[in-house]
Parts: sequence; C-alpha cells; structure tokens
Amino acid sequence: MAQQAGAGRRYVRAFVSGFFVAVPVTVTVLDRFAYVARVEGASMQPSLNPEGNVTGSDVVLLNRWSVRNYQVRRGDIVSVLSPKNPQQKIIKRVIALEGDFIKTLGYKNRYLKVPDGHFWIEGDHHGHSLDSNSFGPALRTPWRARCSVKCCVWCSHGVSCQVSLGLVHGRASHIIWPPNRWQRIEPSIPPERMPLLNWHADATEDEEKD
Amino acid sequence: MDCGDMFRRVLGKTLGFLGYTVQYGCIAHCAFEYIGEFVACSGPSMEPTITSHDVVFSERLSRHLCRIEKGDIVIAKSPFDPHMNICKRVIGLEGDKICTSGPSDVFKTHQYVPKGHVWLEGDNLRNSTDSRSYGPVPYALIRGRVCLKLWPPHNFGALNQSPTGRIVKRSD
Repeated sequence: MAQQAGAGRRYVRAFVSGFFVAVPVTVTVLDRFAYVARVEGASMQPSLNPEGNVTGSDVVLLNRWSVRNYQVRRGDIVSVLSPKNPQQKIIKRVIALEGDFIKTLGYKNRYLKVPDGHFWIEGDHHGHSLDSNSFGPALRTPWRARCSVKCCVWCSHGVSCQVSLGLVHGRASHIIWPPNRWQRIEPSIPPERMPLLNWHADATEDEEKD
Repeated sequence: MDCGDMFRRVLGKTLGFLGYTVQYGCIAHCAFEYIGEFVACSGPSMEPTITSHDVVFSERLSRHLCRIEKGDIVIAKSPFDPHMNICKRVIGLEGDKICTSGPSDVFKTHQYVPKGHVWLEGDNLRNSTDSRSYGPVPYALIRGRVCLKLWPPHNFGALNQSPTGRIVKRSD
C-alpha cells in the first residue's frame, strides 16, 4: 500500500513538472517562432485554397521569427491581426510598403500613398476583394456564405486595405497540408498590381542626380 | 578519472544548464506576454496622471480577454512606428461618437469610432499627439492596461481618473 502511494505521488510529481516544462515552451514557440494555421475562405485563390472548402482547406506554416522586427517584403503572404476584429487573423499578400504610390481596386480612393508605418494588403482573388467600406452581409457565393466573421478564427476575407505594421502576425512560408500541396511559398506580385513608384526611393535618386 | 568521464560530466552539466535556461526563459516569456510587464514612460502627454520617467505596471490579461474599458490607460504600439509604444487613455470604444472639434469651435464635428478600433487621447490635451491627429487606433495594437504606478515611491498606487472630462458617456 505504501509503495503504491509512493509510486502515485511520483507520477503526479513527474506529470506536474512535465506540464510546467511543456506548456511554457510550446506557448513560447507558437508566439515567437512558428505557428500553424488553417486557411478558410476563397479570397487568396489560386495561391491558397484553390478548390475552396471542397477538398479541405490548406494548412500553412507561419514564420513568426522573421517578422519580429516588422520586416515584410512586397509579395509576401502574411497573416495579420484584423483591424476590424482583434480576435481574428486574416491572410493576405503584401502589395506595397510605406511610401509606395499604388492604384487601388475597389477602394474609395483611386490612387493613394501608403502612410508611414503601414503596408497595403490584398487578396489574390480580385473577384472577392470587398472594399473595407463595403464590408457587409451581401454574400453572393455559396462558400462565402459559410465563412462569416464571427465563427472563423482564421479567415481570408476579401479585404484590401492598409494596415499598421504593428498588426503583422507572421509570414506564410510553406503549405504543409494537404500533402499533394506541399510547397514553399515564394513572394510574388502580379505585374498589374506593382506599386507605381516609391516616394522614398525616388527622393534619394533625385538627390544623387544633383 | 580519465578524460572521457570528465568530458561526459561537463557535457551533462552544460546540457542541464541550457535546459534550465530554456525552460525559465519560456516561463519568463509567458509571464511578460500574458500576465504583465513593467513600463518606463517618457513624455508629457499623460500629465498630471503619469509624468515623464515614471515606472508603471501594465497587465496583459485585459487585452487578451478583450476587457479594456473606457477610461483605462493603455500601452499600445504606435500606428506609425511599430517599434515605439504610446501610453494614452481610452476615450471611446467601437461605435461611440467622438466630438472632434475644439472647445472654441463654433461648428461641432463628430466622428464615429469604427468596428475593432478605439479612440485614444492623452490627459494633457494641449501637449499630446493622439487620435485627434492620427485617428482611431485598431484594438489589436493595444499591448496592455496600466493598472499600477510603481515609481516614484511617493506616488505609488492606482492611477487617477481622467481629468479632462472627454470620456464618451454611455449612450442609453
């Protein structure tokens, strides 16, 4: 009897000490290094979720270490804390960085300069890109109707807008599920969406000419 | 004893030390990320509630549980420079109507705080760049809620209410 009580106490102690090692290490790894997330929605087609939710959503690996200094590049796919709902994260492509002049699609201003400390994100599927002003219940396609703001934790809604650099969460580096879609995600911008010019770069060129 | 034994012992001790470092580093990260952190404030924008070089404790639980309320003093990442933090008071939450005209303006202008954003203002209205100049701030940029002043010692304790009277009243 005493031996069994001793063994039981040893197991409890081992479990507790294992718990206090595993939980902080897991939480730190998820916060600082890498995060795994399922992509829902169709606004990043054809790069992510090319068949919608029919064959299962893509699962991506998000690299959180590479954005620890808020360094993103044009063409990256990044996850961002949604400015409309702080508990939701959206996955989009970075089109322009601070200082770029861009021509927008379906936004209230036709041309705009991305302010300091912000960057411009867009979904790849332009038919779904809703203006952040016209975000509302007008869902037209069947699988969009399943993807509502409240229930999806990870949802690539069609949103193109400027977001503050402080909201960046991670860079999607690999697609890890389903297995037939294993690949490294390369940064690329569709040529018609390239920024028109960059304010800071052009200013330094002018100085060199003088 | 031979070199092999000594080497194995040193290696074992080093690995053990590294293991403890990693474990306590992770516990420290969890504490600073989910419980609270110490912040040294600088700048005049929150006077007289918080003066420059005060040290305060900001707790993170309210932000993660979305329980930040009007009148709270929060630390947030600056919308224009993510490496800088700002310390301001929450004047309005999403959906509130903020009066954006000055007290001496004849025509009053208003602005509604959009969904997912908050309106921040410093207590020292004359010397503060806040939402009156850069607009509403996304809630997700908030890092924590300031709950306790730690330094200087003669001012230790909870923080005062807003002296400006700008907090939006609850609309019934």
